[in-house]
Amino acid sequence: MSRRFRGLSGEKIMAWKGVALALAGAIGLSAPATAQTLTMAVGAPVTSLDPHFHQLSPNNAVAAMVFDRLVNTDGQARQVPGLAESWSTVAPDTWEFKLRRGVRFHNGNEFTAEDVAFTFRRVPNVPNSPSSFAAFVRPIREVQVVDSHTIRLRTDGPYPLLPQDMTNVYILDRETHENATTEDFNAGRAAVGTGPFRVVSHRLGDRIEFERNDEYFGDKPHWQRVNYRMIVNDSARTAALLAGDVEFIDQVPTADLARLRRDDRLYMSEVTGLRIIYLSLDHPREEASPFVTDNNGQPLPRNPLRDLRVRRALSMAIDRQAIVDRVMEGAATPSGQFFPPGIFSYVPDLPAPRFDAEGARRLLAEAGFPQGFRITLHGPNDRYPNDGRIIQAIGQMWTRIGVRTAVEAQPWTTFVARAGRQEFSAFLIGWGSNPEGSHPLRNLIATFNRDRGWGASNRGRYSNPEVDALLIQALGTINDGEREQILIRAQRMALEDVAIIPLHIQTNIWAMRNHLRHDSRADELTRAQDVKPAR
Amino acid sequence: MTVYLLRRLFQSLLVLVAMSVIVFVGVYAVGDPVEILISPDADQFERERAIRALGLDLPLWQQYLVFVKNALQGDLGRSFVFSEPALQLILQKMPATLELAFGAMFISILIGLPLGLYAGLKPDSPGAKVIMAGSILGFSLPTFWVGLMLIMVFAVQLGWLPSTGRGETLWGWSFLTANGLSHLLLPAINLALFKISLVIRLTRSGVRETMLMDYVKFARAKGLSPARVTYVHVFKNILIPVVTVVGLELGSTIAFSVVTESVFAWPGMGKLIIDSINVLDRPVIVAYLMIIVLMFIVINLIVDILYSVLDPRVRLEGQA
Repeated sequence: MSRRFRGLSGEKIMAWKGVALALAGAIGLSAPATAQTLTMAVGAPVTSLDPHFHQLSPNNAVAAMVFDRLVNTDGQARQVPGLAESWSTVAPDTWEFKLRRGVRFHNGNEFTAEDVAFTFRRVPNVPNSPSSFAAFVRPIREVQVVDSHTIRLRTDGPYPLLPQDMTNVYILDRETHENATTEDFNAGRAAVGTGPFRVVSHRLGDRIEFERNDEYFGDKPHWQRVNYRMIVNDSARTAALLAGDVEFIDQVPTADLARLRRDDRLYMSEVTGLRIIYLSLDHPREEASPFVTDNNGQPLPRNPLRDLRVRRALSMAIDRQAIVDRVMEGAATPSGQFFPPGIFSYVPDLPAPRFDAEGARRLLAEAGFPQGFRITLHGPNDRYPNDGRIIQAIGQMWTRIGVRTAVEAQPWTTFVARAGRQEFSAFLIGWGSNPEGSHPLRNLIATFNRDRGWGASNRGRYSNPEVDALLIQALGTINDGEREQILIRAQRMALEDVAIIPLHIQTNIWAMRNHLRHDSRADELTRAQDVKPAR
Repeated sequence: MTVYLLRRLFQSLLVLVAMSVIVFVGVYAVGDPVEILISPDADQFERERAIRALGLDLPLWQQYLVFVKNALQGDLGRSFVFSEPALQLILQKMPATLELAFGAMFISILIGLPLGLYAGLKPDSPGAKVIMAGSILGFSLPTFWVGLMLIMVFAVQLGWLPSTGRGETLWGWSFLTANGLSHLLLPAINLALFKISLVIRLTRSGVRETMLMDYVKFARAKGLSPARVTYVHVFKNILIPVVTVVGLELGSTIAFSVVTESVFAWPGMGKLIIDSINVLDRPVIVAYLMIIVLMFIVINLIVDILYSVLDPRVRLEGQA
């Protein structure tokens, strides 16, 4: 038994995979493809067809094929009309959504405002949900059905994020789903939406078969049928693409990128995503931080990470470009903030911190650590692409400026629980943002506050009352332009204070056979309607 | 025999209880399932709601008592991830794993026994040397690597067989359709490789030992044909260790064919359990291990019974 489990070690698989792919590259690739049928493989299992059961990217991708939202999102995560044709505030605390007419569910039922009201009632009441969608409808105090295709939503005071929240809520049919359970969805019986595809069959954690919904109100997808397979193992997924068993895969492993790019029988689509990889630091402890010691291994009297100069030194000491080039094989962009350019509330003139080991050493000396200190950098080794190798690289870079760094990578299951209990001094973690500055600010930067529901993922427990105040102000500002400026100020303030150390934003990469093209998505969702034949 | 069975049953019960306690404490010690399952942007309120929804707000011993109470009524709990009954989830995946395990076992006996017999009867022939060298490879090559190589050669390069997945099924079994069989072949061979080597080595050493036994010499002296000596006198006697090991191997193949299943994206129990461990889906882990413990108990029982069929001496001792 132990022999077999040891065989799973990620690094070994990586090493051998190189050899395996080298072989594959040398050999001819066949391209069998039935017109109008698309076979695709995704790297993460879909855990349910119930769009309100588990808030998880793979589930949301499938939900976006079968169902629609009031507000849909385009490839750059911008809001576009979905089941609502337009929306606006009719009073400071009331949003009105004008719904699309003539839309039918897969079973022929007409879509009306009553269905929206029903959906909002169901969302918070899905039994056993491990990660509910309830937070997106909780701000709604009152639902008012004005007429069959107009609905008003009243909130407690002005709430600018309601359209953004609506991009997460998939609309169900009152008649069909009144008593539908999660099991009914998984069995396919209740997987009935307004979306471009209908579910033909479903094998949990294995594959889903779709067929086109010819009545779809938006752009009709090219594919008559879609086989949506889940192949979690990276090398198996890549091999399936090379063998022609599937025509399209997501989550292309970075180790295979260079080789796959050179293969002219394949085509890659990529886009800078919304997932940032960053380091979180221990902010609250005044005295010794658990994994920081002096050079003799004795606890320091005070926590050096509370000193802005130390935090800036640690950030400057990291050669982000080198990590992106050599560890990530180019599949990321160095970053000094949450968003890539072009996304709402991107902070202009805030580039990735420049690599400057000399300056970092000077700052350390100014802060009273001319000889540096010792620290342990923690991180997961099975969560983000190359996570274990990134912290190793950073460990070496920090050691070069005198901060002697031990690196400890561990499985996500144990890591995340310990990080959440503030057991570490410094650790690597990632965050996928909604395209709205308040999202990362509220969750990662804002002071941990149970009553407000803020800072739930602020595992370093950074706290800055000025940032909190700006965030409150932003969340009460309906006007997008004004809100964006406030959010930019708040982000700049937190990032110049090195609340976290941003490293890079990941690039989302899909690979497909050469006869296909793909509209890439910043939100990582892999959906069949975005795949088209090459012309 | 009844006493023996009752004692076995009681022992198994103890093992089951011990195992469920270990898994409960183990998952609790490793981490918090809610941290892993919940969306990262869920606020404190949502987190607490999820903890309550999954019954994780109770003290551990109370969670365990709830589990025992439900288990006595045949309910092993619902998967945290899929919200389906854990038992049902596992049983759905069972046919895939069973046919893979039996396929591998079948291949390993079909190939391993004759080769081992040959290597044992003619230990100095070049053929035997090649066989033994090959069996070292079968032992030492890592399963996942061989799996990838099989895919690369037979699926990517030659295009003879599909690379991954299970293919068409008939009544839930894929070996009943040609398409399903073609999907089954590569993973079954991959799983069988180690077992073929095992069977070869067991058979060979058994044969070599038995050939020197007095009763074999006597049979020869009596003038029996070499074929009869080999296939009746020798063969029957070497089967006991082979059956034992093959039986236990079958158990571990069913329970832990994790690597092969994930390399070939074979939707079986092995893939389910490794996925469940990764997200600390405790109900599935507990239910799975309980089923596995039960299975090992049954397999051991069958092996014991097979002994007495194969070897009259065991029967005699039992009656004495």
